[in-house]
Amino acid sequence: MRPPAWYRALLRLYPASFRDEWGDELWSVYAARRRAARGPFAALALFAGAVGDAVASGLGAQWDVLRQDVGYALRTLRRTPGFTVTVLLVTALGIGANSAAFSLTDYVLLRPLPFADQARLVAVWQGQRPGRGHWEASPTNYREWKKAPAFESMGASWIISANLVGRGQPQRLDGAAVTAEMLPMLGATPLVGRSFTADDDRDGAPSTVLLSWGLWQSAFGGDERALGQTITLDGEPFTIIGVMPAGFAYPLRETQFWKPMRFDANAFSDASNTYLRVVGKLERGATLAEASAELDSISTALERAHPEEDKSIVATVTPLHEDVAYRSRTLVLTLAGAALCVLFIACLNIANLFLARALMRRRELALRAALGAGRARLVRQLVTESFLVAVAGGALGVALSALALPLLTALVPADLPVRQMPSIDLRVLFAAAAATVLAALFFGVVPSLRACRGIDAQAIREGARGDVGGRRSRLVRILVVAEVAASLVLLVSSGLLLRTLWRIQSRDPGFRAGGVLSLRTWLPLPKYQNTADRARFYDRVLERTRALPGVESAAYASFLPMAFGGGIWPVTITGEPPTKGVKPDVSLRYVTPKYFATLGVPLRAGRDVGDGDGQDRPMVAVVSESFARRHWPGQEPLGKRFTVAFAERTVVGVVGDVRVRGPERDPEPQVYLPYRQVPDGWLPFYAPKDLAVRAAGDPTTLLPALRAIIHDVDPEQPISNVRLLDDIVEAQTAPRRTQLDVILTFAGLAFLLAAIGIYGLLSFAVSNRAQELGVRMALGATPAGIMRMVLREGLTLAAAGVVLGLAAAWAAGRSLEALLVGVTPSDGATLAVSLALVLVMTLAGSLVPSWRASRLDPATVMRAE
Amino acid sequence: MSTEDKVDELLPLPPVTFHILLVLAEGDRHGYAIIQDVLAATDGALRIQAGTLYRSIQRMLEQGLVVEKHTRPSIGEDDERRRYYRITPFGRQVAQAEARRLAQMVRLARACGFVPSKG
Repeated sequence: MRPPAWYRALLRLYPASFRDEWGDELWSVYAARRRAARGPFAALALFAGAVGDAVASGLGAQWDVLRQDVGYALRTLRRTPGFTVTVLLVTALGIGANSAAFSLTDYVLLRPLPFADQARLVAVWQGQRPGRGHWEASPTNYREWKKAPAFESMGASWIISANLVGRGQPQRLDGAAVTAEMLPMLGATPLVGRSFTADDDRDGAPSTVLLSWGLWQSAFGGDERALGQTITLDGEPFTIIGVMPAGFAYPLRETQFWKPMRFDANAFSDASNTYLRVVGKLERGATLAEASAELDSISTALERAHPEEDKSIVATVTPLHEDVAYRSRTLVLTLAGAALCVLFIACLNIANLFLARALMRRRELALRAALGAGRARLVRQLVTESFLVAVAGGALGVALSALALPLLTALVPADLPVRQMPSIDLRVLFAAAAATVLAALFFGVVPSLRACRGIDAQAIREGARGDVGGRRSRLVRILVVAEVAASLVLLVSSGLLLRTLWRIQSRDPGFRAGGVLSLRTWLPLPKYQNTADRARFYDRVLERTRALPGVESAAYASFLPMAFGGGIWPVTITGEPPTKGVKPDVSLRYVTPKYFATLGVPLRAGRDVGDGDGQDRPMVAVVSESFARRHWPGQEPLGKRFTVAFAERTVVGVVGDVRVRGPERDPEPQVYLPYRQVPDGWLPFYAPKDLAVRAAGDPTTLLPALRAIIHDVDPEQPISNVRLLDDIVEAQTAPRRTQLDVILTFAGLAFLLAAIGIYGLLSFAVSNRAQELGVRMALGATPAGIMRMVLREGLTLAAAGVVLGLAAAWAAGRSLEALLVGVTPSDGATLAVSLALVLVMTLAGSLVPSWRASRLDPATVMRAE
Repeated sequence: MSTEDKVDELLPLPPVTFHILLVLAEGDRHGYAIIQDVLAATDGALRIQAGTLYRSIQRMLEQGLVVEKHTRPSIGEDDERRRYYRITPFGRQVAQAEARRLAQMVRLARACGFVPSKG
């Protein structure tokens, strides 16, 4: 008596083996009770009881089977510790790599920012047609953009820094000026005290400041009496009105204080003065496209009003949580992709191991089948085994990733407004669990189904041999080919990134960084408003510094190369017709004499800036070779004139080019101006602040003496950014190096795993084919011939993997293009080395099995049958 | 492992298992009959659900407490397709051991005054 469909559906709750065994019985009991039941209520109660019973007993029966299988699996796994440990470690590496990569990806790219209604927050940048782009906005444009009706609110911030004096050691603080809309729009309320109001923004209002939790703790010990007190920032008193919560960060991760943003009347007069980071909150229901369209029409109006400064200027709107630098995004995604690749290879490898093992166990499986275990039961048994190892390996992997995660923090961009660092949290655990389950499905289910296909009495007789080298090992071959392909992708990708790093590091920065110590003294306004006051400070510091034993040379400059890449100005060449469209740009620096000598920038022609180049003297400039080449090709640049920074200047010297924007980006030509030739109170941002000292020995030993000198010259002057120039240069490539280290590790793992995969396959094939090989040898095949035969098999698989892998590697290389500098995705050397490595990997994996095959004794293997 | 150890390893028995053994001690039964007899023996207090029954029987088969009977019962007793179960000698030993264990418990409880002595 077959149960009806509805009852069969209920039976699905039981394990298949239980269902097959007892399904009909269960139904006959139900049918008997149904016959005995009187009336519709009794029937209904019976039905409800049957459903409840099926749920409870179904789960119970599942549990029974699971307990049995786990016990059995544990015993089996313990019998083969080598296999178990290998699978455990390989899983742990795969899962560990991915949970670390996911943690970073989630932190940088996926998770919502810790702001209220963060989904409606957008970053509004100033761009330029046709490429658009992401630049800070001018106050004029910001004021106009605010009128767009798609925005509920819009605020601006400006990253600043200031000297804090009077609370312990003078120190340099990183902060931000924010408009009153900004903090409420982010949903940020002070932990204590109040936030800014529109009143604080008013020009001429008393100066107020909000402290970060960290600064409150370090400067005031977390005392609430700090509220209402006054601190001195750059010589100006600010009243503390509140403290932000510990977790709050904006616009940078390390922002320490916030002050109101004030626009004076002049702010709106120059539309080319761009410095605002604008964030808007969309109206409920407004879309990004609407906001963008509204801003476009405003931009058109602005272009009409300021045809010069706002030419082709547009607004670029991106969701705030996606507003991560493109390069950071690519770095992180590459890492995630590489981690997935490792997991894929790990899974292929484990699937291979499980399959080989299951095939070896065919005799045992067949025996159990003969004793009444159904195929479903056997598959379930094998799958339980793989899940068990996967879960243990996954847990181990998460532990590994927790250890590895701190190494990845160099990849976190500084302008990500999140205070906490990435960690292994619930989201990561869920992702790791999902990856584990997927991996276990992949390497457990497929081999188990495959191994249990056609289990019958025949298999008992066949024994462990399976069917010799036939269809069943085709799956193994496919897995090995995929492994070779995936490892080639990783080898090529890491090779391209490695070549890029080498190329970048071998680039001449244009200066000699070794032996130079730098520190920053950011002279506050209005105290150092006058150029003469600043010059006195520099002169006194430099004079005493140069007198220190071991100091070869010392100088001040606006910004050291690579420490700051900006400071870009347009120039006009005297006698050259005004260029249409964009003006030629230069990288502008004010320097003291000896700057070029200190940094080791070669003087090609003319002279250095001198102490005599004062405000009352002719305005002069030193330019870089590329500047001279750009404007006066084939001519003598000395004596030529051009206008920059509000004055016409004469070229008195030519120096070598410096990679001011770091080794990866092409710099603008450089212009250096004498530190005294700037009118009082002008261009305070360009006032020299970086002190560079070249020493004969270890420059760090000079630091105490330098601190003492600066303290003597101005006791209120803080010192910040103490760094070796070498470290500044190193830091340029730090994220890239971290990423490369990780990916190289991944590639190494992949290499190893693929070699093990080839080894496993060939060993298995050789032991399976022992008899055939024995016959061949008996018929006259030489050991060398047998060896060649096995080797050929390994190489054939590798060749298939290479063909697939090359296509995939090319695609991967294309997606890496943003990270490649001076290297193309089809870089010949990288491909050649990767292919050579695959060959080595194949040979390494094939050698032992083929050697073993050649040593088979025909008499023994044939007798074994 | 001696039989005694094997018996001890199974104690205490789950109540359903014990009831099934008690019913089967009186004669071979099929599933539905076991349910009915337990119901009757407990004055309607214990109605074993079908799933619970067969889960228990599966385990009891594996433990060797019962066997499935392959000879059909006498004609007219019931339909031929049903599967009948018979208690094994080992099953009897286990049931007796469980009964002794329970009796011991009752004696202890009585000593404490938890159980009124039979009047």
